[in-house]
Amino acid sequence: MERKIRVLVAKPGLDGHDRGAKVVARALRDAGMEVIYTGLHQTPEMIVETAIQEDAHVIGLSALSGAHFPLFPEVVRLLKERGVDDILVIGGGIIPPEDIPKLKAAGVDEVFGPGTPLNEIVEYIRRNVKR
Amino acid sequence: MYDRKELESIRERERRWNQERVKEWLKKRPERAESFRTLSGIEVKRLYTPLDIEDLDYSEDIGFPGEYPFTRGIHATMYRGRLWTFRQFSGFGTAEETNERFKYLLAHGETGLSVAFDYPTLYGYDTDHPMAKGEFGKCGVAVSSLEDMEILFKDIPVDKITTSMTINGPAAIIWAMYIAAAEKRGIPKESLGGTIQNDILKEYIAQKSYIFPPEPSMRLIVDTIEYGMKYVPKWNTISISGYHIREAGATAVQELAFTLADGFEYVKAAISRGLDIDKFAPRLSFFFNAHNNFFEEIAKFRAARRLWARGMKELGAKKERSLWMRFHTQTAGCSLTAQQPEINVIRVTLQALAAVLGGTQSLHTNSLDEALALPSEKAVRIALRTQQIIAYESGVTDTVDPLGGSYYVEWLTERMEEEAQRYFDRIEELGGVIPAIEKGFFQREIAESAYRYQQEVERGERVIVGVNRYVMDEEIDIPILRVDEEGERRQIERLRRLKERRDSSKVRESLSRLKRAAEGDENLMPYILDCVKSYATLGETTDVLREVFGVYKEPIIF
Repeated sequence: MERKIRVLVAKPGLDGHDRGAKVVARALRDAGMEVIYTGLHQTPEMIVETAIQEDAHVIGLSALSGAHFPLFPEVVRLLKERGVDDILVIGGGIIPPEDIPKLKAAGVDEVFGPGTPLNEIVEYIRRNVKR
Repeated sequence: MYDRKELESIRERERRWNQERVKEWLKKRPERAESFRTLSGIEVKRLYTPLDIEDLDYSEDIGFPGEYPFTRGIHATMYRGRLWTFRQFSGFGTAEETNERFKYLLAHGETGLSVAFDYPTLYGYDTDHPMAKGEFGKCGVAVSSLEDMEILFKDIPVDKITTSMTINGPAAIIWAMYIAAAEKRGIPKESLGGTIQNDILKEYIAQKSYIFPPEPSMRLIVDTIEYGMKYVPKWNTISISGYHIREAGATAVQELAFTLADGFEYVKAAISRGLDIDKFAPRLSFFFNAHNNFFEEIAKFRAARRLWARGMKELGAKKERSLWMRFHTQTAGCSLTAQQPEINVIRVTLQALAAVLGGTQSLHTNSLDEALALPSEKAVRIALRTQQIIAYESGVTDTVDPLGGSYYVEWLTERMEEEAQRYFDRIEELGGVIPAIEKGFFQREIAESAYRYQQEVERGERVIVGVNRYVMDEEIDIPILRVDEEGERRQIERLRRLKERRDSSKVRESLSRLKRAAEGDENLMPYILDCVKSYATLGETTDVLREVFGVYKEPIIF
């Protein structure tokens, strides 16, 4: 039997806008994935720790406060530091278009802006999950 | 509202119209959908006639503007007398940068200020706190001490212009800073007008910038209500907010019901402190969202006024002013699209028009670029101009409540009221607002609505132009506001110098007096004022309260 994809949906920083994170979490769950939602106010350290503990295949980061820099790249850096290279890191939120290539250059695998169809995220994860 | 005989003849005409005219017409031209629904899911009929409002009593239910139950507006002449306040929510970076933005907006015809604070400030952290990392100035302006507040309002006539501040967890402290900054300029607090949001219940429900648990939070709120009533009589010490509830995914009905339920909760809390309802109620204000479904939004505002007036009367209010629901409106941020951002101007126009036809006292219009970043100067100017066009060019301000008497709008107003009442009953069954929060009731209701809405969009049942229809492959080419990264360093440096300069024994004493008072049950406002005047920082002052009150942890629901 195929193993379930495990996704950690996380809210880094102080941003309280959790509508998007919760909607995406629900959609991934409805698509048959196992979803863990961290809740609010997570530091990059806490997110990486939880991802490792929970054996997540994917980390989905959500930020609408504009703090995607430096928080998203920090998650990627900490994963590397812990020797983890097989967790897919994706993000979304209010992110200016010109920041997307910079986030990708910093190691974020994909960024989904407002208005992204939910099944686009589901399909992306299915195609790109690393293990 | 109508003569019985006349109603019977309309009923007969309607029956014939349905059986003959409509039936025949539908054979040739079927309708675009099987049913039409508002954003709250209320089914909208093909046509409304006097039959749909036959049970309404004009004098009892609709009445006259400025008179109970205020369905048509709280003032007798509404915008023929005075327009709403043009109040754009703004703030970013350092106090200096936001002070510049304020002056820019005032120079372009804004008539009231509204401060957005950054996340660390909303949580009572100074800019140099580890949790503040990456958040400085991004979602608003950083205010860590009285010094920042002085800079923020430098050269702005705070005795003449009103200021609204979106601050909740540490509202008492930020308000104390505003009062202290004004007093230092020789402006007495009695002459200060404005609003602190100070609505913690909706923080637990939706916006999530809470600090302390519900009980001490409610105490702080009643402290500010009591202090304001006695010493800052022109200040609105709370802005009971549906805006964030709606943004989190609630429907219009849920926004209406949850906000008013919160409002009544604050009133009961103040009454149980022994405060006289007619002394504090006139300083309670509200804040609503204006979303896409035009008539539903208008009906929501009209229903809100009526529900509040009736509810306050039941709670024992005697003075007319205590029954007024005065509210600010902001257009729906969550309705803006990152795709084809220019067309957001049209969305905002329609939403703002709904707010005006709904009788708002104050309005913020969103900027076209807000699905991408904080607004640029040009974008915010267009948003302000949108209000000015509605106010001065459209003519909708020439008569009071122009939609009053519309069969549809009156019917929908009544429906909204009934639906809200159903929610009040459910909240009551759960033991009231705070137990319902602790049980995750609101959070679950909102998450459900948000998900349902998203699925409707995905299936194409809800059309969002540019997102699921009329999609374009385009390069987005609009200027984006960037927050100066250097600001954070300057802010931390300012904080460091302040801590060196200030009289640290005064700071220590004022903080320990606050701690003792917090452990007891005195009103904390005078103690908080002493702290901020000694230049204790926001973080230091909040930490004292965190120590005494503890912090809130929310149940995780999705």
